[in-house]
Amino acid sequence: MPSDREWNGMLAIEMRGLTRQYGPLVAVDHLDLAAHRGELLAFLGPNGAGKTTTIRMLGGLIRPTKGQALIDGIDVTEHPLEVKTRIGIVPQRSNLYGELTARENLIFIAKLYGLPRNQRQGRVDELLAQFTLTDRANTSFAALSGGMKRRLTIAAALIHRPSILFLDEPTTGLDVQSARQLRALIADLRQQGATIFLTTHLIQEAERLADRVAIVVKGRLIVVDTPQALRARFQDESALEITVAEPTEELLTKLSNSLAITGVSRSGDTLRLAVTSLDDALRDVTATTQLLHIPLQAIRTTQPSLEDAFMRITSLDADSMRNGAPGNQRGGQE
Amino acid sequence: MRANQLARAWHITAKDIRTYYLKPPLISWGILFPIVMILAFYLRQPVDIRTVMPGLIGMTALFGATSVEAVVIAFEKRIGALERLLMAPISNSALLIGKTASGALFGTATGVIVWLAASLAWGFPLMAGAPLLVILLGSVTFALLGVLISLLMREVFDAMTVSNLFRFPMIFLSGVFVPIGTMSLPLQVFASLLPLSYTVDALRHLLLGGAGAFYPLWVDVLVSVAFAGILYFAAYKLMQHRLEELL
Repeated sequence: MPSDREWNGMLAIEMRGLTRQYGPLVAVDHLDLAAHRGELLAFLGPNGAGKTTTIRMLGGLIRPTKGQALIDGIDVTEHPLEVKTRIGIVPQRSNLYGELTARENLIFIAKLYGLPRNQRQGRVDELLAQFTLTDRANTSFAALSGGMKRRLTIAAALIHRPSILFLDEPTTGLDVQSARQLRALIADLRQQGATIFLTTHLIQEAERLADRVAIVVKGRLIVVDTPQALRARFQDESALEITVAEPTEELLTKLSNSLAITGVSRSGDTLRLAVTSLDDALRDVTATTQLLHIPLQAIRTTQPSLEDAFMRITSLDADSMRNGAPGNQRGGQE
Repeated sequence: MRANQLARAWHITAKDIRTYYLKPPLISWGILFPIVMILAFYLRQPVDIRTVMPGLIGMTALFGATSVEAVVIAFEKRIGALERLLMAPISNSALLIGKTASGALFGTATGVIVWLAASLAWGFPLMAGAPLLVILLGSVTFALLGVLISLLMREVFDAMTVSNLFRFPMIFLSGVFVPIGTMSLPLQVFASLLPLSYTVDALRHLLLGGAGAFYPLWVDVLVSVAFAGILYFAAYKLMQHRLEELL
């Protein structure tokens, strides 16, 4: 992946003070952010951070309250139709027509984008093959599995060969295998030169796929940098992973209160601790588990991950990412 | 409007016809209800039905056109497909025309079927197809009314319920069963505010030689065109404001 210095300077997406209010709620708050041509920019934040609202403003579906959005240098509010011919949007919901087959859906979308009649069939066949849906071409959208629906929704966004693709939480709700397939597909599209704006609340997804990660909380941009650079900010801090039989809330609370431990995240029986001093943290972990009679099953040190960096930057933990940042919920809309 | 936008409007219409014409609300309200009303009236007073056929044709077009619209927009809002249309390079006016046309065509089709069947049964004059134009004009107006209602409602059920709040009074106050001329003055004033009154009145001119008609034919046509224009403008403006809220 190219580093920040290697981009050719052409901006595909640009936000200048982009703001959207819903009554008193500021869903997106003065965003200044840009994506270079060919870049995969991950827009990472908890539910309710304003990610979907941002995509809708960039796609010309809703108007900003303040500020400006530019696609290939074209103002989205002033020329929404011109912008829509250049971009593809994959919404959070797979929202094609349940009554139509996979092929009929793609043909209909091709008509909406004005693809000439003599090119429609060929393009649809090409996309069905690319997304391994050829054998399901005549199955109704309603009868497809969740992973297939997602793939067809992405195919629909690519029907007019857009150079910029917006993906809104593309793997949400998918099983592990389908999510993995989809990430490989996104990586392929990135390799083919598409500019991709990917919103996600999955830190690992952003870390794995993105050239740069923009972290947004409560509609505000907190930081934007490469995953490597974000991790490097905390290289002087180590991380400790411990596995215990049954991690209790009391254990988590006591560890969080340790001066040597700056963050605690849990994945099953494993706790990941961001620490400032390995010696002190180890001593506290041993003392706390002994005090609570919780046997330690495994312990190891690791380098700080993007998740550690995220937690330090935003003061949010992994649960907040899934459940939404406190105080910024607006129904199902972000 | 540019030709490519009109083509996209037609693709939306064609897709809606294909996707929604067999939906249960459309069959029950757009087809079964007018049939039941016609049969109920015929069984009660077989001799008089000829004189109320203009009203029954207008009523059929009204239910056909509005039932489609309530289903199409409210349903697409619920499944997120409206967002899909807004993501494509389609202007608001093309979207409005595309959505309205399916309702207008369904209303016209059901109204014309009743007109042709009635012509065969009672020998109404075909008038060089002029009733078709009146039914079409009425159906466009009714479909736009349906769009307005469904833009205001979030659910299919709500849209159907609210559209009935408009449709049922219209049946009784637009001269469908009772000629407007025989109503009291306050009811005549009320009838003059309802688009169905002018469709039924024009059909009385064309099918019954003006028997029971209240306004001159040119007034019927002119006011129907004005209704269509006003409702188009209102729906367009409402669409501009409501679409963002409905996503």
